[in-house]
Amino acid sequence: MAELVCADPGPLPVGPVGRSGMGWWGVATLIASEAALFGFLIFAYFYVGATAQPGWLLEPAPKLFPALPNTLLLLASSGAAWWGEKGVERGRRHQAVAGLLGAFVMGAVFAGVQAYEWSVKTYGMGESSYASLYYVTTGLHMAHVLVGLVILLTLAAWTAAGFFSQVRWIPVSAGILYWHFVDVVWLFVFATYYLTPYLGFPQ
Amino acid sequence: MSRPAYRTPVIGDDGPELRARLQAIWETKPGLLGFLGTVDHKEIGIRYIVTAFLLLAAGGVEALVMRLQLAGPDRRLLTPEQYNQLFSTHGMTMIFLYASPVLSGFSNYLWPLLLGARDMAFPRLNALSYWVYLAAAIFLYTGFLVGAGPNDGWFNYVPYALAEYNPGLNQDYYALGMILLGISTSVGAANFIVTAFKMRAPGMSINRIPIMVWGTLTASVANLAVVPAVSLAFFMLWLDRRFGTHFFDSAGGGQPLLWQHLFWLFGHPWVYAIVLPAMGMVSDGLPVFCRRPLVGYSLVALGTVATMILGFGVWVHHMFATGLPALSLSFFSAASFAITFPSLIALASWLATIWLGRPVVTTAFLFFASTILLFVIGGVSGLMTASVPIDLQLTDTYFIVAHLHYTIVGINLFPVVGAVYFWFPKMTGRLLNERLGRWNFWTMFVGFNLAFLPMHITGLLGMPRRVYTYPAHMGWDGLNLLISIGSYIFAAGVLLFLINVARSRRGGAVAGPDPWGGPTLEWATTSPPPPYNFAVIPTIASRHPLWEAALDEEEARSSIHRGMLLDHGKEALATSPMDAEPERIVEMPEDSVGPFALAVGLLVLLFGLLHFQPWLSAAGGLIVAAALLAWLWPRRKLLERAEPAHG
Amino acid sequence: MSGAPLSYLGSAGSKAHQVVPLTWFALIVSTATCLIFAALIVAAVRRGRAEGDVVAAQAVIRGGNGLRWIFVSLILAAVPIAVMLVWTMIAIARTGVPPAHPALVLDVTPQQFWWRIRYRGALPSDTFTTANEIHIPVGAKVLVRLNSPDVIHSFWVPSLSGKTDAIPGQNNVTWLEASRPGRFRGQCAEFCGAEHARMGFEVVAQSPADFEAWRRGQLRSAPRPVTTEQVRGLAIVEYRCSLCHSVRGTIAGAGSAPDLTHLMSRATIAAAQLPNNPGSLRGWIEDPQARKPGTQMPNQHLDAAQLNDLTAYLGTLK
Ligand code: HEA
Ligand code: HEA
Ligand code: HEC
Ligand code: CUA
Ligand SMILES: [Cu+2]
Repeated sequence: MAELVCADPGPLPVGPVGRSGMGWWGVATLIASEAALFGFLIFAYFYVGATAQPGWLLEPAPKLFPALPNTLLLLASSGAAWWGEKGVERGRRHQAVAGLLGAFVMGAVFAGVQAYEWSVKTYGMGESSYASLYYVTTGLHMAHVLVGLVILLTLAAWTAAGFFSQVRWIPVSAGILYWHFVDVVWLFVFATYYLTPYLGFPQ
Repeated sequence: MSRPAYRTPVIGDDGPELRARLQAIWETKPGLLGFLGTVDHKEIGIRYIVTAFLLLAAGGVEALVMRLQLAGPDRRLLTPEQYNQLFSTHGMTMIFLYASPVLSGFSNYLWPLLLGARDMAFPRLNALSYWVYLAAAIFLYTGFLVGAGPNDGWFNYVPYALAEYNPGLNQDYYALGMILLGISTSVGAANFIVTAFKMRAPGMSINRIPIMVWGTLTASVANLAVVPAVSLAFFMLWLDRRFGTHFFDSAGGGQPLLWQHLFWLFGHPWVYAIVLPAMGMVSDGLPVFCRRPLVGYSLVALGTVATMILGFGVWVHHMFATGLPALSLSFFSAASFAITFPSLIALASWLATIWLGRPVVTTAFLFFASTILLFVIGGVSGLMTASVPIDLQLTDTYFIVAHLHYTIVGINLFPVVGAVYFWFPKMTGRLLNERLGRWNFWTMFVGFNLAFLPMHITGLLGMPRRVYTYPAHMGWDGLNLLISIGSYIFAAGVLLFLINVARSRRGGAVAGPDPWGGPTLEWATTSPPPPYNFAVIPTIASRHPLWEAALDEEEARSSIHRGMLLDHGKEALATSPMDAEPERIVEMPEDSVGPFALAVGLLVLLFGLLHFQPWLSAAGGLIVAAALLAWLWPRRKLLERAEPAHG
Repeated sequence: MSGAPLSYLGSAGSKAHQVVPLTWFALIVSTATCLIFAALIVAAVRRGRAEGDVVAAQAVIRGGNGLRWIFVSLILAAVPIAVMLVWTMIAIARTGVPPAHPALVLDVTPQQFWWRIRYRGALPSDTFTTANEIHIPVGAKVLVRLNSPDVIHSFWVPSLSGKTDAIPGQNNVTWLEASRPGRFRGQCAEFCGAEHARMGFEVVAQSPADFEAWRRGQLRSAPRPVTTEQVRGLAIVEYRCSLCHSVRGTIAGAGSAPDLTHLMSRATIAAAQLPNNPGSLRGWIEDPQARKPGTQMPNQHLDAAQLNDLTAYLGTLK
């Protein structure tokens, strides 16, 4: 007679613990699909650029100011968010709220500068395929930034209200993961639109 | 009442008392709120299936009207524009609103049962994906019913889809509707992926999951990666049409071929996404009627994944005639040839399973077994089109129409109807009528081949597709009449199926939990299953938990009636991704009308965007935002947040 | 396949000659594969079929492992597929690259829903435009340059050549060669709107001498009208039709519709949809939308007398 196997585990966490839980998986899949979206946007840029007539780039030498410092600012905001999460993890509420708010403020400045960049462009999105791609790519990124900002602000408020403890803070982790994603994607967008012309794309 | 962060699950036996307790915890509330708010995967799965079949009937009726027009040369039943909207809506309906959702429905219904789980990983997302699918279907069909259905084929090439050549609202309906549907698909895919990796019964390691799970998992990973391509393409199309951007029109420096690349980058993986889960149904269903395990489980699982991986690299075979360099054509041609091998694995395995088994011929068996033949026919015609020089002749003729119907109907509709015969007793507790079933099968089988085999010949005789009529003396007249007759016979077969379902739902023979003597977990619970699926969490020791005694292959036996109780609330078990070791007790969410509200908000938003009504859009946006906020609010019950500090 | 003008199971030119045998090979292998599978399925069911219908009552067996089936079938399939692959590559190499020194270069411009064809000569005076009927000399390699002014169409002459799309903003090329004289039917093969169904054309392959005679004929301007009917007809053309059409030698010089200078030299009208005889010509002009709903040529609302004059004049455009 064969033997029944019956799983008989020891103590299991009930619900999310620390930064791990089902919610993390949910955000990870969301990010995967959003990453694909930006992948296709960048594909569109390279494809259209590679098959276009010479002179397609409206800005053969894109101005790196204020885009480059703005990029660094966004990266710094990721750092602040990370520091904030550490605050939740260690039960230091002030650090947590400060980190989240810091990230929020830096993100908001980034969005403002980006809006300013748009406002000083000499062309609109109906100018050419390059312009359409530029505005729609940065615009979709901006939409993600705005969502991220709402998330950061909400998390800061919830943290301040004491919703999270050292045992459970998965919403914070998930939200901050999303914010990191928004920042990393910007690096690709930035490299595509601001750097590849210097590398000679499209010839 | 602070909950402990850790708990050792109590092990116990299945029993009436436990069942009563679980029933009280898991039952959906009666009434409208319960109806709109339910998150039970079984309810959602059945809704998916029913909705998809209604849309199949709609798409089918459209095809039947087309067949009247095409029954003879120079017929004038339809105007060109009517015909163009019909065939486009037919394609859109069948591909997007029937073929994929019906499989989501089955997977939704079956997965937790197959995996020994109490629900999907994200039950509310599950409800959301259904409601959004329904909203998208309503939106798209509103367009069709007001005379603004898609009119540029299901793949909707630009520039004909741009405002200059297509000024009506047709393409706006299609574009916005497809973006909405994309949300539903992506959300569903995410849910399947997490469920497959996290919600399996302990012991069900990754090499023990049913092939159907492999199929849907693979399809979901693909969907997650490629649905954004088509959503983006449709979004760009809408911007080009309404906001003067220049993605696709060459006058503004845009690229008409960008559309084709984005569409087929999505479209080709998608055609496998709408057959791999159905192939999984055959792989799981056929062996039951052959009374032996599937031949070559690991190879078939591997083949499933390999098909998809190769499937990412062949999209250009839909664009052979677009003037790409010969070298890149050769590459995509060879890659398309290579897909034969993983497909062949499944076919050979099914054939060997019948050969080496003791087949019992039932209606479900007939549907599954006929899939083999239809797949071969559809597959070899695909292989012919994969050869560039041949395809340059075949493309855009009825040969392609034949290929796509043999593959989609053959590897999606036939297995799905078989799957209904197979799992209907599980879903309703009643068997479908076998006598009617035989009639059903043979009418469908004969009608289908009568309708679609001759299409290969009209194709070879040069009949282009997407023509609303054709002149006499092209050598196509007789064959087209035959095709039209065949379509009506086929439709009669589908009708018999619907009649069988309608009659057996109440009047069929009572099935009992396991009418087929099946190997997998869904047959271990009652028919229909209770809201909590399994009273205790089973532990799995092999691929065929219910066949272990008969096969006597392994030392250990799965434990079905004794296991973790998890009855402290609406609880489920999360396990580790590969080995399915118990990892965490998950608090499942209660019913919620949030998903429904969200879908309504999206629908309102879309109508606002369609008609440029800022107030309507804003109202929709507000509903969406409110629903999202309510949904995401951290709940103490779900242990997403700690108690607020006291004092 | 004389009864099926668009069939591609036969060929009439060196390009199609390369492809037809490959097509037949693939068809035969495919059909054989289907028959083998059908036979195996039936045999498999017959072979082990269990008695009785109650599935659950049947014993479950292990029944051998069967992996051999999979491996053997993979190996067996690899053979014809390898042949097809190599043959495909050879055929691509032989047909895919347009000739470097074509005997004739044509600019073919498909548009909703007809075909403009420009013959380029060495001199501008050797260049002319016609519509819907392509003449080529037998045995000559002809380069076809495709570009579309509106939406995507596809150029296809089954007995001579597979499809090549004409895409706005993109210059695609393909080539043809006819090995015997004849009329070969072509068809637009990419969905392009209301009358995609009725966007045909014809390729007429002629002996080099006949072709040269035709070419010289096409270079001439339209003759002057003689009878009063014809004179009135020309007036209508110049007044009404000149918005879109051109007739060389008159003031009708627009380019958005088929060139009518040698209308009567063509066997068909309206993109190979109607025979070119006085009755159908008159019917077409009277109400194009009735014959080809959705065509870009509007109804001109001409009365019977005007139609008489017009057809009388058009009849001179040989
Ligand atoms: C839904 C399912 C589905 C499936 C599974 C397939 C499977 C395949 N398809 Fe198909 N395809 C479609 C759906 C599908 N297709 C649709 C919907 C379209 C049309 C879109 C449109 O234009 O509207 C299309 C169009 C399409 C084209 C473009 C045609 C054109 O427009 O010009 C091509 C070209 O290569 C192609 C190839 C293939 C190949 C190589 C396979 C392979 O996967 C097939 C592999 C299987 C086999 C080959 C059979 C088993 C093998 C054997 C029995 C071995 C022995 C065989 C031999 C030795 C010959 N398909
Ligand atoms: C799942 C996919 C699917 C299915 C099942 C079908 C089913 C059918 N298709 Fe479809 N077809 C496509 C997918 C599908 N098709 C696609 C993707 C295209 C390409 C579109 C494009 O080019 O863009 C296409 C194109 C296409 C064409 C080519 C059009 C053209 O190029 O001009 C034709 C022509 O005959 C056709 C015919 C049919 C027929 C006769 C059926 C029959 O099987 C239909 C059978 C009938 C039913 C299933 C209905 C049964 C219902 C009842 C009997 C009544 C019940 C009523 C109520 C309850 C209210 N189809
Ligand atoms: C607004 C533009 C327009 C006007 C005005 C117009 N046509 Fe046309 N005509 C077309 C177009 C476009 C076609 C091609 C139609 C098709 O095949 O779909 C065409 C085709 C034809 C053909 C068939 C040519 C061929 O080789 O197939 C004839 C003959 C013809 N027109 C005669 C006339 C006459 C005579 C008039 C004036 C009384 C006229 N057209 C006025 C646009 C016009
Ligand atoms: Cu032009 Cu179809
Ligand atoms: Cu494909």
